[in-house]
Amino acid sequence: MGKVVVPVGPQHPALKEPEGFSLTLEGEKVVSATVRLGYNHRGIEKACEERTYTQNIYLIERICGICSHTHSTCFIQCVEELAGVEITSRAAYIRTLVGELERIHSHLLWLGVAGHEIGFDTLFMYSWRDRELVMDLLAMLTGNRVNYGINTIGGVRRDVSSEQIKDILKTVDKLEERTKYYIEVLTQETTIVQRLAGVGRLSKEDAIRLGAAGPTARAAGVKRDTRKDDPYAAYGEVPFEVITDQNSDVLGRGIVRVKELMESYKIIRYVLERLPEGELTVKVPKKIPAGEAISRYEAPRGEDVHYVKSNGTEMPERVKVRAPTLANLSSISHMLEGGYLADVPIIIAAIDPCFSCTDRMITVTDREKDSKSMLDWNKLRAYSIDWHKERGLDFSAISHLREDGR
Amino acid sequence: MSLFYILIFPGFIFLSLYGLLIEYVDRKLYARFQNRVGPRWYQPLADIIKLASKETIIPRQADNRMFRWIPVFALAAASTSVLYVPIWGTNSASSFDGDILVVMYLLTIPTLTFFLAGWYSKSIFATVGAIRALTQLFAYEVPLLMALLAPALLANTWSFTKMAEFYSHHPLYSVFNIIGFVVAIIAVQGKLERVPFDIPEAETELAGGPFVEYSGRLLAIFRMAIDVEMVVVASIIAAVYIPFFYNAVPVLGFLIYVIKTMFVVLILAAIRSIFARLRIEQMINFCWKYLAPLAILQIIINIIAKGVLK
Repeated sequence: MGKVVVPVGPQHPALKEPEGFSLTLEGEKVVSATVRLGYNHRGIEKACEERTYTQNIYLIERICGICSHTHSTCFIQCVEELAGVEITSRAAYIRTLVGELERIHSHLLWLGVAGHEIGFDTLFMYSWRDRELVMDLLAMLTGNRVNYGINTIGGVRRDVSSEQIKDILKTVDKLEERTKYYIEVLTQETTIVQRLAGVGRLSKEDAIRLGAAGPTARAAGVKRDTRKDDPYAAYGEVPFEVITDQNSDVLGRGIVRVKELMESYKIIRYVLERLPEGELTVKVPKKIPAGEAISRYEAPRGEDVHYVKSNGTEMPERVKVRAPTLANLSSISHMLEGGYLADVPIIIAAIDPCFSCTDRMITVTDREKDSKSMLDWNKLRAYSIDWHKERGLDFSAISHLREDGR
Repeated sequence: MSLFYILIFPGFIFLSLYGLLIEYVDRKLYARFQNRVGPRWYQPLADIIKLASKETIIPRQADNRMFRWIPVFALAAASTSVLYVPIWGTNSASSFDGDILVVMYLLTIPTLTFFLAGWYSKSIFATVGAIRALTQLFAYEVPLLMALLAPALLANTWSFTKMAEFYSHHPLYSVFNIIGFVVAIIAVQGKLERVPFDIPEAETELAGGPFVEYSGRLLAIFRMAIDVEMVVVASIIAAVYIPFFYNAVPVLGFLIYVIKTMFVVLILAAIRSIFARLRIEQMINFCWKYLAPLAILQIIINIIAKGVLK
């Protein structure tokens, strides 16, 4: 069998979201791999510019269905910095609590997906069953299983009662027991170790060179964690370890994630024990003073970065989101090359990708001319007017649709 | 009478119904092992009916005639092989000296049809799956055949019927065949393409492998063929390795057969739920490094046992 090109994606059972991987195979070996992004552009950044800051919290929260608290906190931290307000420490602790619960549900979800990708559906079912415990906690605390809506500019919207604290601690004990079992499974179960060890290698140097983030980088021995490097919310006061691993393969990435779960339980216990008294919110004006701010947040998948530019009105002038998957994508083709076709799904899954959170633009590929181009806002507007004109709808007469007012 | 054997019992109708029942038990056990509720008893039948009522799409570049006939071959081969396997009591519908090899050949045909199905689909995923199916065949077939031949050596016959008779008269002799039983149970996971050897289908990377282009009625026939194959394989294992409690009373004898095959299905389902899918090269290594030597060991044990006991 000579070289064949196998398209994995944009629609493929290994991928939960559309993304294009083009693999050149020699037998079962992957010779080269190219990644194509941009199937899931939703125009969120542009939409943010036409909404007030308060409305934007809810829009930004919907960037990702799993790390929704990540994005809303990261955005709000920018706005609070611009407004020059300091949230109360009770609010900071509650944000940390929800953030860690979110990390637990995300990592348990990842464990299940990883099990499924290597054909171990039993692990998938078990870890997703246990994930329900933490989903129930989040629903109890915030009213929602995902997209919690607990953040607001200047604090949080819901308090944690002492009965809730008892419930959380009880569930965390249960989860900790289950996690110990998963650590055992992941490190000792023969077929899992055989399928994961040595797969998708990414050395420490490569991880740094390719800018890997989160568990992907930490599994290669890079001690990089925004919670420690640039503490936000209550992380400056909470003691916890940054988990690293020397395996630098998919197995290492799994081990880092399950061990991080144990750290999350520690953080949650600490936060709940020392939850300070105080107000939930501080007052923030609707109009945010002009300026720009950048904020970082350690999402379950890696470092999330938000940038907000304000012009002194109720709406931001520019919002920029860099999801952690973008940082990890560049290392994917490196990890895929030289591996087996059978390992492709698990290598892709091992960075815990969130492709639709990542896409910030669309490139238009002209197949006949074999050229790529981008459309800016004005071109897109003109294109849309022409498109409708061809179909008998003439919008060009309506002057306010034209940016230049013609 | 032979028409009754071929069409009704233990032929096509019995096989189909029992195949669906075995699929249900397998799926239910798999689900319970995974802490799920699992399907209702009629789910496998409902799946087949649903598939049969769906549109059958044949890819333009696929070979139309081959594409249509391959599933029928798979089902026919699997159904034929049951005629030589003892089901009630120690007798099978038909038997002659050497039917062990015929059954093994007939059971290889479904795997070959999986290969051909993938190959003639002309889709890249199906082709890779087809090549994997064939590669895997060479790995598990030899240990499986050796594991089945060892008990035959001890019984000094090449026919399933006589072998079952021999072991029902000397039940203690089957203690010698324990290694062969283990080898056979593992190897049939490869034959039936189940975890950890479902490499040709590998849902997550190949999206179903050889069957990726199949739909509707043709896929339903393939599904039936796999179910029937499972019945045959479970019956063979039960007849060769668990040759106890044969009863001449038809109903009771049949009940014992059901219990034995369900026990085999239980083991198969348990294996399916405790392993991850291996890579193709790991699977071949495993089969040649561990399974084949174990099967040879079994043959040696039986040769020695035969010499000592007679």
